[in-house]
Amino acid sequence: MKILVPVKRTQDPYVKVRLKPDGSGIDTSNIKYAINTFDEIAVEEALRKKEEFGGEVVVVSVGTQEWTEQIRVALAMGADRGILVDTGGKYIDHVILAKVLAKIIEEEKPDLVIMGKQAIDDDANQVGQILAGLLDWPQATFAYKVEVNLQDRKAKVIREVDGGLETVEVDLPAIITADLRLNQPRYASLPGIMRARQKPLKTIKIEELGVDLTPYVTIEKLETPPPRKAGVKVKDVDELIEKLKEKKALPF
Amino acid sequence: MSILVIAETRNGELKKASLSAVTCAKILAEKTGLNYNILTFEPSEKAKEELSQLGAEKVFVAKGEHLKNYTAENYAIAVSEIAKKVDAKYILATATTFGKDLLPRLVSKIPNSAMISEVIEVIDAETFKKLVYAGDIISTLKIKSEKKILSVRGTAFDKAGKVDKKSDVVEEEIKENYTRKRFITLEETKSERPELTEASIVVSVGRGIKDPENIKIVEELADVLGAAIGASRAVVDAGWLPNDFQVGQTGKTVAPQLYIAIGISGAIQHVAGMKDSKVIVAINKDPEAPIFQIADIGLVADLFQVVPELTQKLKKLKQESAG
Ligand SMILES: Cc1cc2nc3c(=O)[nH]c(=O)nc-3n(C[C@H](O)[C@H](O)[C@H](O)COP(=O)(O)OP(=O)(O)OC[C@H]3O[C@@H](n4cnc5c(N)ncnc54)[C@H](O)[C@@H]3O)c2cc1C
Ligand SMILES: Nc1ncnc2c1ncn2[C@@H]1O[C@H](COP(=O)(O)O)[C@@H](O)[C@H]1O
Repeated sequence: MKILVPVKRTQDPYVKVRLKPDGSGIDTSNIKYAINTFDEIAVEEALRKKEEFGGEVVVVSVGTQEWTEQIRVALAMGADRGILVDTGGKYIDHVILAKVLAKIIEEEKPDLVIMGKQAIDDDANQVGQILAGLLDWPQATFAYKVEVNLQDRKAKVIREVDGGLETVEVDLPAIITADLRLNQPRYASLPGIMRARQKPLKTIKIEELGVDLTPYVTIEKLETPPPRKAGVKVKDVDELIEKLKEKKALPF
Repeated sequence: MSILVIAETRNGELKKASLSAVTCAKILAEKTGLNYNILTFEPSEKAKEELSQLGAEKVFVAKGEHLKNYTAENYAIAVSEIAKKVDAKYILATATTFGKDLLPRLVSKIPNSAMISEVIEVIDAETFKKLVYAGDIISTLKIKSEKKILSVRGTAFDKAGKVDKKSDVVEEEIKENYTRKRFITLEETKSERPELTEASIVVSVGRGIKDPENIKIVEELADVLGAAIGASRAVVDAGWLPNDFQVGQTGKTVAPQLYIAIGISGAIQHVAGMKDSKVIVAINKDPEAPIFQIADIGLVADLFQVVPELTQKLKKLKQESAG
């Protein structure tokens, strides 16, 4: 089974992101980068399916040369091959991104695409669903559990939804987007890191794909939300109740 | 030209969260001079009645055997048909898991469209604000596609209320059926308590509770207050509470009148889902816990001592005020 995993380079989730003092953009001076948390889970899930069924895991990133760092991490985890669609730093929106990924998928013809449900920088939660629509493939978003039946070319996916857990069945090929509890990603082992250096990593220039790169959605401004006013510390339960009464926060 | 709002139902009942998208549509209607229509699926008679009182030009009900259970694929087909019919320039829904799953799928169905997720403010007909980086930054985005798809953050817009005028309810038969995905089951979390995103008080529990057995301490407090129960990711990951209790960047967004965080450290991903609450109370034994930076009232204490005490004292207060 061939599985394709789109991977985004994002900030380490545990650092606080700030604007540059002049507000002109994100202050990247102290940011550590990583594979987007959800994409790491997607890579892990793809590797587990490969261990179960054999085949190949291909990682795709649409970004700049620096992103090969994260592709190499995915290769060190066990992915077989990487593709970087080099944007040269050009701004692209989600529709363009999905069209670019669709081109790669038409070329690669995977049986399954597993990706993150959301990128933790722009928190969009769009690309998987747009991509599934463009390809007219079924989508199983917010996956909690994935069972593939390769013989019948089907997958049963349990999804995390507001009311509980929903189970759907999709025919392959399909798009699956990973939620947090799908699995616990492995660390790249030292031999894995050594092997990753030898694994193929191809670069394609985004202009070569024939996708219109005029964005529909552009960023006009970034700003810091107003901070919440500092509150008070109380010494005990009685004082806590007094404060709650003062703020009329109690229903009785 | 018009605006189309998709209203979500569950077991026939209208999801109150959808009323936030209606409010956003009203704001857009004022700014653009367009009317808004509502589209829903599988509504009960009561839900139809409620939807007809929201000031919409028309309420559409999409019909079809294959629409009885939700799939993004089939619902997207239905939405795009109705969108065409009413020449929708905007398509809106609240960013519940339903809205998040369905709306981006529409992009491929509707020519010249694009989407902004989780809008928190309408600036003008093509400019909207949303949160990025787990709420650390606000981004102002401009969307220039001819058709604009917007998911709406429920806590950022009030719930639309009733108006006097009644809208016509129109049924539309949808024929096209996408068969490569099948709904199998929905295992619903059953609870006697109010729904997390709709409750006016939320009592939330974190890893500090240590053992699932101890959760009853928090439940007793929630019961006195008539509150919903929420949780941090740590508690949900451990399997101590169901997935849909998670509050935060990747869970639910809540903004109740009162949010009580118990044994929760206050990681930005958690705070992203609750910082718009009116009054925030934090109970944590670590005075340095980041939750205290956003709490209106902080109590540095061992939860195992103070939460039962708080429950007892509130119970007494409640009895006194009732008697
Ligand atoms: C991509 C991503 C998305 C995420 N999404 C979410 C999300 O949506 N929601 C979410 O909640 N998290 C999310 N997280 C996880 C988040 O970063 C934190 O790990 C999580 O919120 C921590 O949960 P906690 O506060 O319960 O646990 P901890 O951080 O372990 O805090 C436990 C707290 O309990 C206190 N405590 C311990 N014992 C006692 C006692 N006896 N009395 C009083 N206090 C006590 C401790 O002082 C501590 O502050 C996400 C993480 C990532 C990477
Ligand atoms: N630049 C990118 N390159 C590769 N994959 C991406 C990129 N951006 C987003 N993705 C994928 O799309 C998913 C959803 O992202 P988003 O819709 O932006 O929140 C991510 O989890 C990734 O799997």
